[in-house]
Amino acid sequence: MKHLLGTQNLSREDAVLILDTAGQMAATQEREIRKLPTLRGRTVVNLFFEDSTRTRISFEAAAKRLSADVINFSAKGSSLSKGESLKDTALTLQAMGADAVVVRHWASGAAQRLAESGWLHGSVSVLNAGDGTHQHPTQALLDAFTMRRHLMAANVGDSVDGKGLDGLTVAIVGDVLHSRVAGSNIALLRTLGAKVVVVAPPTLLPYGLERDGGVSVHFTLDDALEAHDLDAIMMLRVQRERMTGGGSGFFPSPEEYTRLFGLDRARMDRMPGHAIILHPGPMNRGLEISAEAADSPRSVIVEQVSNGVAVRMAALYLLLSGEEASA
Amino acid sequence: MSAPIVITNVSLYGDTPSDIVIVDGQISSLTAADVPADARTMDGSGLVALPGLVDLHTHLREPGREDAETIETGSRSAARGGFTAVHAMANTTPTADTAGVVELVASRGREVGLVDVYPVGAVTVGLNGTQLSEMGAMANSRAQVRVFSDDGKCVHDPLLMRRALEYVKTFDGVIAQHAQEPRLTEGSQMHEGLVSAELGLAGWPAVAEESIIARDVLLAEHVGSRVHICHLSTAGSVDIVRWAKARGIQVTAEAMPHHLLLTDESARGYDPRFKVNPPLRTQEDVDALRAGLEDGTIDIVATDHAPHPDEDKDCEWGAAAFGMIGLETALGIVQKTMVDTGRLTWRDVARILSETPASIGRDEAHGRPLAVGEPANITLVDPAAAWTVDPAGTDSRSNNSPFGGIELPGRAVATFLRGTPTYLDDRFTALTEGAPA
Repeated sequence: MKHLLGTQNLSREDAVLILDTAGQMAATQEREIRKLPTLRGRTVVNLFFEDSTRTRISFEAAAKRLSADVINFSAKGSSLSKGESLKDTALTLQAMGADAVVVRHWASGAAQRLAESGWLHGSVSVLNAGDGTHQHPTQALLDAFTMRRHLMAANVGDSVDGKGLDGLTVAIVGDVLHSRVAGSNIALLRTLGAKVVVVAPPTLLPYGLERDGGVSVHFTLDDALEAHDLDAIMMLRVQRERMTGGGSGFFPSPEEYTRLFGLDRARMDRMPGHAIILHPGPMNRGLEISAEAADSPRSVIVEQVSNGVAVRMAALYLLLSGEEASA
Repeated sequence: MSAPIVITNVSLYGDTPSDIVIVDGQISSLTAADVPADARTMDGSGLVALPGLVDLHTHLREPGREDAETIETGSRSAARGGFTAVHAMANTTPTADTAGVVELVASRGREVGLVDVYPVGAVTVGLNGTQLSEMGAMANSRAQVRVFSDDGKCVHDPLLMRRALEYVKTFDGVIAQHAQEPRLTEGSQMHEGLVSAELGLAGWPAVAEESIIARDVLLAEHVGSRVHICHLSTAGSVDIVRWAKARGIQVTAEAMPHHLLLTDESARGYDPRFKVNPPLRTQEDVDALRAGLEDGTIDIVATDHAPHPDEDKDCEWGAAAFGMIGLETALGIVQKTMVDTGRLTWRDVARILSETPASIGRDEAHGRPLAVGEPANITLVDPAAAWTVDPAGTDSRSNNSPFGGIELPGRAVATFLRGTPTYLDDRFTALTEGAPA
């Protein structure tokens, strides 16, 4: 692996390698001294063209715990928000001697463009930290890591190294159309052997997904709970600007959304006892997820955050340390 | 007026072998027996002679965006592509919505002298879609505008479109509609389909084009006007136009070379050279367009030559401009997709790239027969001159071609505007003096 741009072209071997490596990284985070010398002298640039405090901090923590030098480059609100700025920024980073660029951008394909356009030459690795409505691969990997740890160990605490998510049934609920989290998760879950259930109003489904034989689609959460014994349910954040207004809303009202798609106590109780609840954050409590569900013992939402650091450490390590990564 | 020229043994329209003698800007004879002593001779063996090509849809960018293209560089690119006339779209700065601007464009075209530049007038003031521009003034100006279009934007207000269709009857004009329902395409980046879903790019659904075409052919029928559909791109649009023609509605339609050759799969690398409006569609649409061109549902091929400077294309997809250049590659793509596949003859090519576009645009001097007494607007094609497209080698000021690296089977090797060579391939640099032996 030279870059981590998306999950669609990630092989099962590479995905499992990242998850296994993340397991090792997570283990080191239990120690008193959590910092590893692995990437000493390497420079990681966090290039954020969009606001995302959580993702940026997670990558920053990951890089720092591997002893890399971190440069935060935030283009938010400056003139660097459109057009050639990405190219110029790339040239600047090249000149500064970046070894890896973690990029978050409003344009779908920006990370791939950065990796393949020829603007960066030499050995700069690109990590996609979310591009438009396209992909967010480390989020999908941390979700997979979390699910694997909870659902694939025969007994609590057993090693899950080498395993995928074979046999699990995972529902993704909400704005699948605009969600890079969903985009990355659908591809990765399939690669790792899970069955994917998508739940969304028809207005928030990507073109053609209904006819895709590999995914089971439902238009209400109750239908999905009726049809499947879920092992995990992933609630997507509802973006306020997608809701209503101007005749172009994707659904009539927040209340109706909650009635049809919200995860509350009653729906939570219809899932098998071992089923877990994920959310990429930040949550709209009371909209897509009730406080009862978010704070229940089934919820692994806080754990997702700490697993995010381990997964990003693994990705940075594998991209920057070279040889071991190739599968 | 340049010296007399004799083209020997050339195939008229790809069938009849003949000579062409050009004297005083006209075709004076079709046999080399009648040759003036000072004539220069060109060996036309293996070449096809067509009436000079006419592009009904060109963006020359001048005035306003001379960094992308000028009337001079665009004219040179057109001549090299085999064109003797181009229709320059109105979305310049200032907009071509007054007699003054269209006269400026026409007169600059005459000064350059490489192709006849017919300005297209805007339908609405500033392309704003709310108020009709003074189309009468443009029609009666020295530019003699007959084609009106807000191209780049759709005339989406149905009442305004109705009025425009009616109004241009006064001077035998035509509205060329950029069919794009604006609400259905807000923020759109590429064709809405499986590829857009995978790439996370906002979709431009086929229905946004088809619904406007359906509306406009019905409006044209209701008011008894003719309407021209710009850059038709979907299988459904072909069906609607086919239905409208069967019903007797005066509709004409154009297809673009890129829509005859490329599909939305090209977007996978996020390279903005493949970003165009309307977008590249699916293989099914490509096949339907070829079939529509073959059966006459689609009347013409036009280029939608849309130059953009590097800074508008060497960036991320979402920030890039829509459009691609195409004057120099159009003929080769038509040959590749329509002639070499057996769907059209060269006589058909004369129809779709010269006669019919000239007729739609009411260009009296173009699209004329290759016959004695006619103006010598002629394009010589070498159907065996295969070449690989190199965007850097274009005569356009911009190089945003999506066809780089693609091999095309043939190309124009000489273009004559009223007897004057406006483009000559390297093989003709030393035109032989004197009459043929």
